[in-house]
Parts: sequence; C-alpha cells; structure tokens
Amino acid sequence: MTDQVMAQASGPSLQQRRQRAAFWFLAPMLVALFFVAAWPLLRTIWFSMTDATLSNLYDAEWIGFGNYLQVRELSSGRTVYRGTLVDPDWWNAVWNTVRFSFASVFFETIFGLIVALVMNAEFKGRSIVRAAILIPWAIPTIVSAKMWGWMLNDQFGIINDILLNLGLIDQKIAWTASPETAMTAVLIVDVWKTTPFMALLILAGLQMVPRDIYEAARIDGINPVKVFFKVTLPLIKPALMVAVIFRLLDALRIFDLVYVLTPNSSATKTMSVISRENMIDFDKFAYGAAQSTLLFAIIAVFVSLYIWIGRVDLSGGRD
Amino acid sequence: MQQHKLLKNIAFYALVIVIVVFAVFPFYYAIVTSFSTGSQLFQVNYWPKAFNWANYEAVLGGRNFPRSIMNSLFIAGCTVGFSLFLAVTASYALARVRFRGRGLLLMTILAVSMFPQIAVLAGLFELVRFLGIFNTPWAMILSYTIFTLPFTVWVLTTFMRDLPVEIEEAAIVDGASPWVIITQVFLPLLWPALVTTGLLAFIGAWNEFLFALTFTSSESQRTVPVAIAMLSGASAQEIPWGPIMAASVIVTVPLIVLVLIFQRKIVAGLTAGGVKG
Repeated sequence: MTDQVMAQASGPSLQQRRQRAAFWFLAPMLVALFFVAAWPLLRTIWFSMTDATLSNLYDAEWIGFGNYLQVRELSSGRTVYRGTLVDPDWWNAVWNTVRFSFASVFFETIFGLIVALVMNAEFKGRSIVRAAILIPWAIPTIVSAKMWGWMLNDQFGIINDILLNLGLIDQKIAWTASPETAMTAVLIVDVWKTTPFMALLILAGLQMVPRDIYEAARIDGINPVKVFFKVTLPLIKPALMVAVIFRLLDALRIFDLVYVLTPNSSATKTMSVISRENMIDFDKFAYGAAQSTLLFAIIAVFVSLYIWIGRVDLSGGRD
Repeated sequence: MQQHKLLKNIAFYALVIVIVVFAVFPFYYAIVTSFSTGSQLFQVNYWPKAFNWANYEAVLGGRNFPRSIMNSLFIAGCTVGFSLFLAVTASYALARVRFRGRGLLLMTILAVSMFPQIAVLAGLFELVRFLGIFNTPWAMILSYTIFTLPFTVWVLTTFMRDLPVEIEEAAIVDGASPWVIITQVFLPLLWPALVTTGLLAFIGAWNEFLFALTFTSSESQRTVPVAIAMLSGASAQEIPWGPIMAASVIVTVPLIVLVLIFQRKIVAGLTAGGVKG
C-alpha cells in the first residue's frame, strides 16, 4: 500500500505516462510519413527550381523560378517569356483536368444519389444491388480502362454495335482515338468506376435520416419529390459535401485511367499525365517537377478549403 | 390506385435492373471475350459462344505474367503488413490519449492521404535511386506507404475511438501499461477492423499504377497493373485483346470474391474512412 502511494507521489502522473507512451507510439508512423511524404515533396519543390535532368540529379543548378516563368530580353529588344506558366500544353492540361474533374464529379453525384436512394428503399434483392455495384469499385483502374477500351473499340467494340443496332449512330465512332470523343470516353469509364463509392457514402448519410420523417410525410400526403428536396437533401447535405470534395480531390490528380485509355491524346492529357511525361519520358525532370508542384499547390488550396469548411460545420456555427 | 402502384413497382424494378446490368456488364463482357480466340474476337458476341482456355494458357504459360502476380502479392502484402504494424500503435495514441495538437495531427494525416502522388514522384525517384532500390519490389513497398499508412491510421483511429472506455479503465486499474492494453486488450477486439482495413489497403496497393510504372524498368519486376497495361502483341498495331481480358479476369476475380465476402465490413470501413478505395 505504501509502495503504491510512494510510486504515485514520486513518479509521473498516469496522464503524463500515457502521453509519453503516445509519443513513442506515434514516432515510428511520423518518421515513416516524413520519409515517404514530406521529404519527397520538399525535394520535388527544390527540383522544380533547378535545371535537373534524369541523368543529372545531383549536380543540378539552382535557377529559381525559371521553370515556372522566365522573362528574357533579347538583343533585338524583344521580350520572350518561357516556362510552364506560358506553356500552352500546360494550360491545355489544366483545362482538361478541370473539365474532367467537374464533369465526372457532377455525373457521379447525380447517379450516386439515384443509386443510393434505390438502395435505401426496402425491396427484394437489395443485397444483389449492393453486391453488383461493388464490382466496378473492386476492379483495378487499369483493368477497367482496358475492359472499356475494348468495349469502346472503333471496329469491334460492343458499344458501337449496340448504338448502331439501336439506330443512335449511323457510323462507328473511334471513341478513344478521336479528339472529339476521347474525353467522353474517359468520363464514361470514370463515372462507371466511381459512382459506387459515391453511392455508398451517400447511402451512409441517407441511413442517418430517421424513417419516421418519411412516414409522417406520407401520412400528410406530401409529394415524394417535394419530400426529397425539402427534407432528405438538406439532411444529407453534410455527407454529400464530404463525398463531393473527396471525389473532387481524387479527380484532380487522375493519372492511370487517362494514361491507359487514351494514350498521348492531347484532348485528355491531365496535369498528372503531362508532369510525368516531362519528368520521365521527355527528360525535362525539373520542368515536370515544377508542373507537379503547381498541381500540389492547387490541391493544397482545395484541402485547406475543405478543412476550413469542416471546421465551420463542426462548430455548428454559420451555414 | 392499385394499377398506379403496380406501374410504380415496375418502374422501380426496371431502374434496379438498369443499375445492376450497367454495373456488371463490362466485367461479364470481359469474361466472354477472354474465352474467345482468333476471328471470334472480331465479331460482337453478346453471349459466350465457346469456352476456349487458350488465352488463359497464353497468359499464365508465359514467363512474365505469373512473375507479375507474385510481385504484386509480395508488394501489396508487405505494404499492408508494414502499414498495419505502424498504424495500430499510432491509432491507439490518436484515439485514446489526450494530448495537445491531436486534432492538427489527424488533419495532417488526412491531408497526406489526399496528396497528389505526382507531387512526390520526383522526390521519391531521387530517394529510390539513392537507396539503390530502383527496379526492385522495395521501391513500391516504400512508395505505397504514402497512401496506405494515412488510410490505415485514419480508419483504425475511428474504429478504436468506438471501443468502450470501461475496458481500458479496468485494464489501467489492473496496472496494465499502454503497450499491454494495445496488445492484450484491444488487439483481440480489433481483428475485424484490422481485416477490413488491411483488405482495403491491399486493394489500393494491388491496383496502384503510377509508382509501379515509374519505378520499374524490366519486365520481370512489373506489377500486375503495369503488366496488363503493357501487354502487347506481335506487332504494335495488333492489340492482343483476348490475353488482355484473360489477364484482367485472373487478377480481378479474387478481388471481387474477397469484396463480396467482406462486403458489409468493407462498406463500414469505406464510410468510416471516407477515403477513396
């Protein structure tokens, strides 16, 4: 007994001991994250301000913001701008990425809502629907890109065959190769692949809505469409917003689907694709690093907005 | 009124059928294609005409594709084991111990999981070369930690937060140290969560493409997604759709089976994490 009292009086308190243990528990994870995330990110930013190439990583020289924007006065008196920020290919990639992100998230949200509403209803075979929509989610992106690449094949693809048979088109479309339809093809595959994720997140929100509300509305004879817009939608808005922002962040960094489904198409080339191309394939390592730094900056703005919005919601204020 | 209800029911089930067909058809069609060879590939078949295993034999009989499967299994397995090992203790600290800056730390971890992977590519490339692990599985195991670790920490923290306080208090009264609490008290309760989180992280690592494409140079070191993306025929113009579909089916069927077995847990893990799969 006295020993215990002594130990408590002289040693650190329970809370202090727990905090010390917590530090040691967190340390390995933080060290690992530092080496795989923070350090490479800082090095990328550093490389973006050098003239590094693939074969010359270590003797690279500091050139400041030259990869971003460089203004040079020629002897003839003309001013020449160089760098990513005046590179039309880069702005094309930015536009592709933004176009893709907003369109795909828009369609995923609409379809995700429909699927979630269906799955929230009680009917026979609900478990079959859930199992079925998990399949696109479980299929690796590269596999879905190849599967759809085959289905969208201009000559032997089943999509062209179906559309021809239905009389919706009169000649076969080169979905992935033609610049007019390449982005549509990417959007179709991405919406197919990620709608399940959206639907599951929205469904989790829907299941929080108390069933009595619907019951009450039904007894009062209120139009279900009105109930959806006036009651359900406001109630699931927080869950919906989280899902939309997650998907948006994910869409902004898309690489694999575009790279495999529409290789080398300038109609779909996104920021991630063009950065990697410069970095690895074109041996403009530092230039690619500058482009990936810009993408990081864009996403960082989105993430801080998200955290800021999350704060506002958590404290229950505003809105 | 009765008729109105019937119509509504028909419309509802029609919608259900559209959803199911749209979700399942591409994979069904990949299976049909994987069993067709030669000229069968050049006519559109909605139903399986033949069961010809030639594509499967071609893919599995080759030297490189089985190698890629082993590479992917090894890489995804190591990544998940490593991440879970680090995440269990870290998430205990984040879920159970009050300390200053905990909220900020959690937000940082969440932010890392949303990192664009391309932003660390240049730095990781340098690191991988410096460590001399370019074109080895270790390059992928190292780089995949950037998305599996934050994800496992985040999901396990939400799971661990829900464990009852009483259990931990009882253990503390008995004089158990935090390490004993984790290994003896919490770990047995956490098994379902560990399986779910591990499976989701495994799927993430199994499917990864950008790092695997950049950090491998020889065919024997490729992971499954890179191998499928790079499958080519005798000539550049001729894309071997049959073998590609066979390879796709081989690597997807186990995933689908696992996902369907654990579907309830996976849905819970996905929505708890709110992180992409």
